[in-house]
Amino acid sequence: MTKPLLDVRDLAVAFDTDGGAVHAVNGVSYTLREGETLGIVGESGSGKSVHVLAMLGLIPRPPGRITGGQVLFEGRDLLALKERELQKIRGGAIGFVFQDPMSSLNPGMTVAAQIVEPLRIHLGLDARGARARAKDLLDLVRIPNAAARLDQYPHEFSGGQRQRVMIAIGLSCRPKLLIADEATTALDVTVQAEIVALVQELKRELGMAIIWITHDLGVVAGISDTVQVMYAGRILERGPVDDIFADPRNAYTLGLLRSLPDLSGSRAGRRRLHQIEGAPPDMRHLPPGDPFAPRNAFATPRCRAEMPPLSQAHGAAPGHLVAAWYDLPKLLAAEAVR
Amino acid sequence: MLRFLARRLALAVPTLILASMIIFALQQLLPGDVATALTGEERDPQVIAFIREKYHLDEPLPVRYGYWAGGVLRGDLGDSIRLQKPVSELIVEKLPVTLELACLAMLVALAIGVPMGVLSAVKRGQTADTVANGIALWGLSVPNFWLGILLILLFSVELGWLPASGYVSPFESLSENLAAMVMPAFVLGNAIAAVMMRHTRAAMLGVLGSDYVRTARAKGVSPLRVTLRHALPNAAIPIITLGALEFGQLLSGAVLTEQVFSVPGFGKLMVDAVFNRDFATVQGVVICTAATYIALNLAADLLSAAVNPKLRRA
Repeated sequence: MTKPLLDVRDLAVAFDTDGGAVHAVNGVSYTLREGETLGIVGESGSGKSVHVLAMLGLIPRPPGRITGGQVLFEGRDLLALKERELQKIRGGAIGFVFQDPMSSLNPGMTVAAQIVEPLRIHLGLDARGARARAKDLLDLVRIPNAAARLDQYPHEFSGGQRQRVMIAIGLSCRPKLLIADEATTALDVTVQAEIVALVQELKRELGMAIIWITHDLGVVAGISDTVQVMYAGRILERGPVDDIFADPRNAYTLGLLRSLPDLSGSRAGRRRLHQIEGAPPDMRHLPPGDPFAPRNAFATPRCRAEMPPLSQAHGAAPGHLVAAWYDLPKLLAAEAVR
Repeated sequence: MLRFLARRLALAVPTLILASMIIFALQQLLPGDVATALTGEERDPQVIAFIREKYHLDEPLPVRYGYWAGGVLRGDLGDSIRLQKPVSELIVEKLPVTLELACLAMLVALAIGVPMGVLSAVKRGQTADTVANGIALWGLSVPNFWLGILLILLFSVELGWLPASGYVSPFESLSENLAAMVMPAFVLGNAIAAVMMRHTRAAMLGVLGSDYVRTARAKGVSPLRVTLRHALPNAAIPIITLGALEFGQLLSGAVLTEQVFSVPGFGKLMVDAVFNRDFATVQGVVICTAATYIALNLAADLLSAAVNPKLRRA
């Protein structure tokens, strides 16, 4: 097997607050192959965004700090790099697309100026060359009449177009890895679908790996090869997208899947929308065991005492990992019989 | 942009009229008039009556306002009865002094306040931030006249480097002019720098936490460029607005500082005029200051529009 593009080992991140340290990420480990699309799902505060921002030194420090782990990108440990070396990777080999295109573009700079920046920094293009490439990039993300729009400001673009500009910036230096952090969350549904389709198309053209962070399982299903479910700064389940959807092994994943509205249309299939009871744990005082146990109807006493390791799920597709002491399919079958 | 300018200029007219009415009316609240001030101790009723008639002081208030406003429209601000000179001449005489002092003070304020504010925002919570805040607190707390006197003691009396007071026109000798202006400019600028620093820091903190600053960092932009190119222009609007207001204040004359350093500017002219009930001069200076304020605010808005493209359409 070839070396992975990204190898995250036991990453832990905490934020110091007046009320004590908030343990936002608690030992996250996974790998990403070249060209793979990984969907990371979880609710707010699950550590899904923070852990990728932390890898690249993008969390404010202080109060944030990385309390442990390694992040190997093409064999180099990002956490050990100096700020200057990280700058070369950010926007170059690793591109970013952020949530909320309204606030993620600088209101005081033209779109051209913002796209040109990484081109000049990472590719060393001169002003004219960078501008020509900026125009090509706007074409690439299907913004009509690109040449005329280069000198416009972000407020002259619609929400969807701004997100396209963000994607153009993220892809500008032909990254090996594109990290999209809630890239479609602030957009309305039809625009979301357009953006997802665009990213899939660009991926086929450019072949980069993608980490797609979202709380929307529907988007993940459409775009990812692999899905990873995070909760309270831990990975609870991870595996090939079809297998996760067809055969969830963690109760939290199941809860998320049941929370999806069923639009199949048949009257019989309609049901009240499921909701996961309770609230996420206080990240300052995490329970000793499985963080989801207090909200989990299937939790065993062992769940409350000891964190289960992330390991291959029995009888599931290879690479389908789960952190659970209980056997979900068996419990579900028993429930169905009753 | 032209429409924006035209509309703002049209709005300035009623503001000026209102300002002139208020100052005209307020002066009537002061006891005594120029006639009593001119006649001094003797108070000869005949002389007083004569002066009152000559200068229309016996007419009703609206009529007198009419006389004066009519003059202003023709470019005639009236005469200073005390100095027997046209007010416009007095203003032309004193304005360059105050203008120079204001510009130098503003330069001092910007040169100290903005970099210090930026630095303390970037180094938030670190030693540099604490030191900068300490300096700002000091700058805000020190009274101008006291700092002025201390500076004179040190640089003029002890070291003999700078003249203690007086004013030399820059057209006579630029070096002597600057030597005379540097201390008053520093004293005035110092207090503004402190306010400027606090505002710059607050604005920068807001902007540095914004999503687009994170985007810039995620693009691999260096911290220096993030601060100066991405953050500072977006933090500039409150700084520009504050700068314009402070500059207007400076132009209306720095009474105490001008007194301490014997700078013959607007502040001194105004104080003398008020004490002598020299209403024409007071009115002239106030209307001039009001016009300057309006012009500065307009300039600040134009500058903000230049910095923030979103404002250009408003």
